[in-house]
Amino acid sequence: MKLSVGAVAEPGSTRANKTGTWRTFRPVFNADLCVGCGICSQFCPEGIIHEKNDKYATDYDYCKGCGICAAECPKGAIKMVLEVK
Amino acid sequence: MKLLAPGHRGCAGCGAAIAVHSILSATGKDVIVVSPTGCLEVISTPYPESAWEVPWIHSLFENTAAVASGVEVARRALGRKDETKVICIGGDGGTVDIGIGSLSGMLERGHDVTYICYDNEAYMNTGIQRSGSTPYDAATTTSPAGKISFGNDRPKKNTPAIAAAHGIPYVATSSIAYPADIGKKVKKAIAIKGPKYLQIHTPCPTGWGFDSNRTIEVGRLAVETALFPIYEMENGKITSVKKIKRKPVEEYLKVQRRFAHLFKKEGGDAEIKKIQETADANAKQLGLDM
Repeated sequence: MKLSVGAVAEPGSTRANKTGTWRTFRPVFNADLCVGCGICSQFCPEGIIHEKNDKYATDYDYCKGCGICAAECPKGAIKMVLEVK
Repeated sequence: MKLLAPGHRGCAGCGAAIAVHSILSATGKDVIVVSPTGCLEVISTPYPESAWEVPWIHSLFENTAAVASGVEVARRALGRKDETKVICIGGDGGTVDIGIGSLSGMLERGHDVTYICYDNEAYMNTGIQRSGSTPYDAATTTSPAGKISFGNDRPKKNTPAIAAAHGIPYVATSSIAYPADIGKKVKKAIAIKGPKYLQIHTPCPTGWGFDSNRTIEVGRLAVETALFPIYEMENGKITSVKKIKRKPVEEYLKVQRRFAHLFKKEGGDAEIKKIQETADANAKQLGLDM
C-alpha cells in the first residue's frame, strides 16, 4: 500500500467496497405503488436510494438489506425478499 | 448525491450513518467536519478509504472540540471570509465522557463551531460498553443485567443542560426519526455565530438489540414515550418542544434486547415504574404532552 502525502484519503473512496455482498434480504421497489415521497431515501443508512422520474430505486451494489426503507415506506411499495445467490 | 458515500462499514440499519446524511443534507458541501474516535470514524474511514465527500479530520477521543476550535481560529487568522462552517460530529462516548473537557473549553471560549453529538447511548465500536449517556437499566457489556443487577444503575447524563450552562446561544436535541427536525436545527445552528450544541438520538441495532429494519421505529418510540425529549434552548431558555401524544415506556423498552431483563426478571415491574417516572418528569418539566 502506498501512502499519500499526509496520509490523506480520497473523498468517497469507500465506493471501492461493494457492501451489497452483505445482504440477506433484497428490497424490491414497486414503481406502481411508489408515490415519490422520498422517505425511503431520507432514512437509507447507505444514502443510495435515488429518485428517477418521480420514482425511487436502490443501488444493489451497496444495499446491505437492512430493510428500513421497506419498514418506513407509507405505501408498502417496498418488499423484502430473500436473496438467492 | 449524498455527502457520505456508500461502501462505509456501518452495520445494516446503522443509525449514525442516517444521522450524518440528515446533518450533511442541511449543511451542504461548505463545511469542515471534525470527528473523534468512535463508530462514525471507524465505519467511514477505514484507511486508505474515506466515505466523506467534505473535508473531514479525525482527532482523538478527548480533543474533538479543541481541534475544531483550532480549525475555526486558523481560518480567522488566515483571513478566510467565505461561508464555510466548522462542525463536530461525535458519539456520546467522545462527547459526554472523554471529550467533555475540551467541549466545555470550546463552549466557554466562544468558538464559532457547531458541536453535534450522535447519541447511541454506549461505546458501540469497542463492544457496547456503558457511557455517561447510557440510560438507566440498560444492559451493556460493562453494566450487564444478571442475578443482582438490572443493568446500568445510573441515570442518563443531561449533556444538553451542561452545554446550556455555558451560556451559549443555541442548544437543541433531535432524533434521526425526524430528519426534517434535524435539518431545521442544523441550519439554524450553523447560521448563529458562536458555539452551538446539538444532541441527536441515534438508535443502534447492534448495541441495543433490535432488528436492523426498526432503527427509525425505535427512535420514534424514544421520543413518543418522553424518554428522549426533543426541544430547543436559545440563550438559556426553552423556546420550542416537540409535543407528543405520549405512549407508555414499555412500548419503547420491550422492543430492545438491552431492556429484555426488565420483562423477565423478578422486580422488573418496579424498575419499569421508575423509568416511567423519569419519562413523566421529562414530560412535566418540558410540557411535552399535547
